[in-house]
Amino acid sequence: MNRLSIINLLVLVVRRDLLLAMRRRADVLTILVFFILIVSLFPLGVGPEMDMLRKMAPGVLWVAALLASMLSLGRLFSADYLDGTLEQMMLAPQSLSVLVLGKMISHWVVSGLPLVLMAPVLGLQFDMSPEALLVLMLGLLLGTPVLSMLGAIGAALTLGLRGGGVLLSLLVLPLCIPVLIFGSGAVEAVSSGLSVTSNLSLIAALLMLCLVFTPWVTAQALRISME
Amino acid sequence: MLGVGNLACSRGDHRLFSGLNLTLHAGQIMQVQGENGKGKTSLLRTLCGFLQPDEGKISWCGTDVRELGEEYFANLLYLGHHNAIKDELSALENLRISAGLSGIVLDENQAITALRRMGLKGRERLPTKVLSQGQRRRVALARLLVGDAKLWVLDEPLTALDVGAVALIEELLGEHLSKQGMVIFTTHQPLTIKGVEIARLALL
Repeated sequence: MNRLSIINLLVLVVRRDLLLAMRRRADVLTILVFFILIVSLFPLGVGPEMDMLRKMAPGVLWVAALLASMLSLGRLFSADYLDGTLEQMMLAPQSLSVLVLGKMISHWVVSGLPLVLMAPVLGLQFDMSPEALLVLMLGLLLGTPVLSMLGAIGAALTLGLRGGGVLLSLLVLPLCIPVLIFGSGAVEAVSSGLSVTSNLSLIAALLMLCLVFTPWVTAQALRISME
Repeated sequence: MLGVGNLACSRGDHRLFSGLNLTLHAGQIMQVQGENGKGKTSLLRTLCGFLQPDEGKISWCGTDVRELGEEYFANLLYLGHHNAIKDELSALENLRISAGLSGIVLDENQAITALRRMGLKGRERLPTKVLSQGQRRRVALARLLVGDAKLWVLDEPLTALDVGAVALIEELLGEHLSKQGMVIFTTHQPLTIKGVEIARLALL
């Protein structure tokens, strides 16, 4: 009997979740449309004053990305929990952390990556300079995986609870504040001609930290939630 | 060999059972009996490690399962009330993925053979949401045909199955036992296996 290695198992989970997302495309589009709408409301509400828009842009885009990534977190584990797949995942002869990492990666591809790609287009509405757009994208590229990974811990802790969605946001949003500060800080820095390395390095450091710890923490939280 | 010693389990403040002992040797099958709410499902879920027992010890070949961890899971196949199949995926995709999660590489032909034996010929590539309850259960049960787990833990495997499928499951259980496998299960339907005596454990 052929056995799956850890890498194969990771690939299997990512492919499975992406396949499921492809079959439920509406869910993915909802997140993206939500992001676009939130960001587009600001120029309409604040008025066409270029200076002000340019100053607001990084904060608005980052907050919108944060909220959009919260939308899909509730579904991260709940579908698998309800149909019993999560039980089978816990019985996998490999570490549950690997499976959880796979789910985090596919969650990011489905709900984080589209935001990264869409952000520069939306940034144009705020008259952002090309350099600022590039830094914004880089920041989001490093920061959105952190949001997915921190969110996964919250999703695992609130699994099966009534009103879990609101509780999830209350748990996760405060944890995302550093990412928000450094992410929008980087864009502001480039706009005022300062170096962006420190801000981006700090997000990258957060990303590394999350990569090491969050799969394990989420796996433990899932085991508690299953009881 | 599965051994359970002095096991106690409760849900909330309610003690379901205590002082439970059982041993299951290779080639043995055991049915857990009891009225609704007596803890049959909780017992099986405790054996799988989803629930932590209040007291007592579960051992696999003499070693505590908590020490064995993933090594124990490689020997375990659990089928619960939920089918663990995705509506959006076809029967074939579902079977290959669930086999993959339990660490087994399954090529398309092997999966199709298993599904056909479960009586799903011509349904292999349909999304499972168009299948009936009984057919979905058959997709879930197809996992019994793939893999080499020694211990099967089956919680009400016969729900929604017709007479033909029940006979097929009886046949599969017989084959598994003759290969020195072990089964522990619950059911409220009559189940007989030719030439095998089913041990019974009553939860009072």
